[in-house]
This record gives sequence, structure tokens and C-alpha cells, in this order.
Amino acid sequence: MSAAPASAVTPRKTALNAVHREMGAKMVDFNGWDMPVEYPRYGGIIAEHMGVRTGVGIFDVSHMGDIRVQGPQALAAIQHITINDAAKLALGQAQYSAMLYPQGTFVDDVIVHKLGEDDYLIVINAGTREKDFTWVRNNARGFNCQVENLSDDFTQIAIQGPRGVELLQKLTDADLSAVKFYWVTRGTVCGLKNILIARTGYTAEDGFEIYVPSDVETSARVWKQVLEAGKELGVVPCGLGARNTLRLEGKLALYGHEISDTINVWEAGLDRFCKMEKSEFIGRDALARAKTEGVTRTLVGLEMIDRGIARDGYRALDSTGGEIGYVTSGSYAPFLKKNIALAYVPVSYSAPGSEVGVEIRGQSVKAKVVPTPFYKRPKKGS
Amino acid sequence: MRRVQLRRIDSALLENDKMAYPQDFKYTKEHEWIKIQGNTGIIGITDHAQESLGDIVFVELPKPGATLTAGKSFGTVESVKAVSDLYAPVSGMVTEVNEELSKSPEKINADAHGAWMIKISLANPAESGSLLSAQDYEKFVSEEVA
Repeated sequence: MSAAPASAVTPRKTALNAVHREMGAKMVDFNGWDMPVEYPRYGGIIAEHMGVRTGVGIFDVSHMGDIRVQGPQALAAIQHITINDAAKLALGQAQYSAMLYPQGTFVDDVIVHKLGEDDYLIVINAGTREKDFTWVRNNARGFNCQVENLSDDFTQIAIQGPRGVELLQKLTDADLSAVKFYWVTRGTVCGLKNILIARTGYTAEDGFEIYVPSDVETSARVWKQVLEAGKELGVVPCGLGARNTLRLEGKLALYGHEISDTINVWEAGLDRFCKMEKSEFIGRDALARAKTEGVTRTLVGLEMIDRGIARDGYRALDSTGGEIGYVTSGSYAPFLKKNIALAYVPVSYSAPGSEVGVEIRGQSVKAKVVPTPFYKRPKKGS
Repeated sequence: MRRVQLRRIDSALLENDKMAYPQDFKYTKEHEWIKIQGNTGIIGITDHAQESLGDIVFVELPKPGATLTAGKSFGTVESVKAVSDLYAPVSGMVTEVNEELSKSPEKINADAHGAWMIKISLANPAESGSLLSAQDYEKFVSEEVA
């Protein structure tokens, strides 16, 4: 493995890199990857964000990694390594989960897909690819299963938004109406046989993620065909900027921000994905102890009362200006048209309506705790 | 125009992108512009600045009466992704603030050279001699981009 550190001189590129540049995308270094942050020609971050909330947007998320765990004891290995109960997965079903260190803090958050009997796909974050693969491989060693790093095999394209299903249906023979949220299917997509189609995403919207072969030619052809097919639906190409504001409105965690190797499951508020009763898993004992000892800080949603935008890393203050916590993510929220943030604060401040200060350029700027997620997609009427 | 060629932008974009840098403004390397009329300076950020920032969602400006020192920060402009300091092209005292921008910061994206931020009375008019002309700024930006 030639693991390139995030600070590598030459950033890694997805197979769609040249296409993004051709489309005039503004590129940034994201965890060692040269990725589009926005497409100014298509309106930029706010237009991209609104496109996903009201229509459909597409994202290149090929920088995410994929680990396949296969074999007679694949399930036992997955159960050992992740916090959710993978035994509950039906064939073709997926679940949000996480991998923990023995001390109960996060290696990464993941999506576990059950692709076949004894055949699982773990989708992981870009910044933690090598670390995650090593972690899974080492911790699956005692089990009769194979661990394979498929990260470079796929170009992963996310098609997100209320009209995403309409768009993708034009390009596939798979019956998407039969695929529920957090389920997967296989079908022909853009003429490519047996393509993995998952009804998952990171935008707090309905949508799909498709996994196509990662050669440059195929990747570019599929990307362009998706854009072309989406023209009449007003499809927008979206970069990491909109991806971040969309996930923030939906209170979806980002590694290194809401979750990290110093934050545990209870603090992050991911209790419902953590099945303490299922069986032993890495981090379980520490979590049990942490629960007994009591959680002291918790992740809350903030809405700014006074003028100002809370940004990642800003300090949270009490009414006397004393430091009580910190902001993990903060931005102007394009759909809600408010300045919002996620922050770790003492549990005593977690009730909605609680006032906290956020230190912005040396000033304490007033914010209040609000219920989360900030945004929930409307339920379909039909 | 040169920037446009450099960046090989398609014709659809060219229309809203051929923002020329006004000849009667002076510019800083931190991407502010100042228009000097007698003893008054009108200050904003350049088209290049708004373009690199992206959607602008917040502007924090000083109040009338505040003192500006050349080269020192006098406020902040924030896009969805980035926080950026505003630097005073010259020294002076704030006489007027464009309040419209606090409600509609996107006006800077729409017309950076029209959306002025503050007006100041100049403390030392000679300071403007060290600022960039439109040609120099354009050259500076094209080199920075390349």
C-alpha cells in the first residue's frame, strides 16, 4: 500500500477530475483529494444546494472508499467491527453504522450494505480510507472471511434530490420504485450491466448512489449521460461546498468534526445506531462504562440570534464569556436561510431555547439551541 | 479581457464575466478597490475577489466615525465557504456605510464594482500613490491565477 498522506504534494484525483475542470469547477484539496468545491457556471454553492432540495443534483463521491467483507464469518466480523446490528440486514439492505476504537471513540462512520449471503460492502470516508482498511483487515483477522479494498474500483456518483429517482430511472432498467431508502439493487445503468444502485446519500434528501467502473472513459460517459438525462429536470452538478451545507442542515456527521477519535457515540448523539444488546463489538465495554459514568458534553444544533456565522472550531461561551465548548461545523444554511451550527456543549445547555455565545473575532455573539435536524425532508404525500 | 482568454471560458459564461476593472479606481493586492473623489474614498472588493469567494452571505463593516489604518483590517466578508478580512487601502475615517449590504450581501456578487462598502475621508491622500492601477491589478490577478 502506498498510502498518500493528506499533505501529499500531488493530490489524488478521481476518474472524473478532467471532467470537473472542463466544466469550470473550482477545485480544492479535500483530505488529499483534488475535488470540485463548486461549479460557478451552474450557479455555485447556493444554487447547487437549492437544486438538490427542490430538484436534483449530482455529485462525484468517488473519493469515498469501499471495503468488501466476504466469507462464512463475514457477518461475525462485521458485528465485531461495527456498532449497528448487521444481523438485522436483509439481503439488499443497508444501514448507517460506525467503527469504534476500544475506548468507544470513532474510527469512522460507515454504511454497511448486505450484498449477498456472507457478502458485505462497507462504504467509508475519503480522509480515513487507509486507516479504515487497515482497521477492518486487522480486526477481521480472527474470522473466516476475506477483506478486500475496492476503493479504487468504483466511480461513485450520487444523484440526490426529490427528482433523483426520476432522473436515474431514465438510465436504468431496474425498478427504482421498488427500492426503499437504505436499500440497494443491481441493474443496467447507461448500458453497463450489473451496476450497484444504492438508495443512500449525504444530503438529507431522497437519492441514489451508483457504483460504476472507475476507468476514465466509462466514468466520464456515465457522468455526462446523467447530466444530459437530467437536463429537462434542471439537474445541477454539485461540489463539496453544497455537499457540506446539505449534510449540515440534515445534521449528518462529518468525520473530524462531529465525530472523531476523541468523541464517543453517546456524545455524538448516535445512540439509535448503536446496538449494545446485539453482542460484543469493539468499543462496547468503554461505551457501557461511559454510560454509567454519565455523558458530560453533547452535540447540539445552534441558530445564531445575533449577526454572525459560527465556523468550525469557534469557541462556545457561557453568559460570562467563559469557554463551555466548541463549534464542530457552522455555515449559512442556504435552504433555511439562517446561520446554523453544530457544537459540543455541556449537557446542561442542551435544551432547545438555551442561549450560548459563540466567539466570533473576539466577540461573544448570541446563539440559541434549536431542535435537530435543522432540516427534515417532507414526507411524500402519496 | 485578458483574464477571460486565460481561463478559456465558454461563450455562455463570457457574457456575465467580462467585468473590466474601472480605470478610475485604485486597487490593493488584497483585492479591495477604492475610488477617490477629492478627499473622499469609496471602498469595495474587486470582481476577482467576489468570484474567488463565491456566494457572499455576510458582511461586517465598521460604523461611521471608525478610523481606518492603511493595510489594517477594517471588516469581514464571508461566503458560504470562506471568511475573509477586508484591508484598508488607505487611512481615514468612515463617513458612510452601505447598510444595504448587511441585508443583501449577494449584491457584491452581482456587481462588485458597484456595491461599495464604506466611504471614508482620507487622512493622508498621498498614501494612494502606492496602490495599483487597473492595469497593474489585472496583471497581478492574472499572474496569481496562473
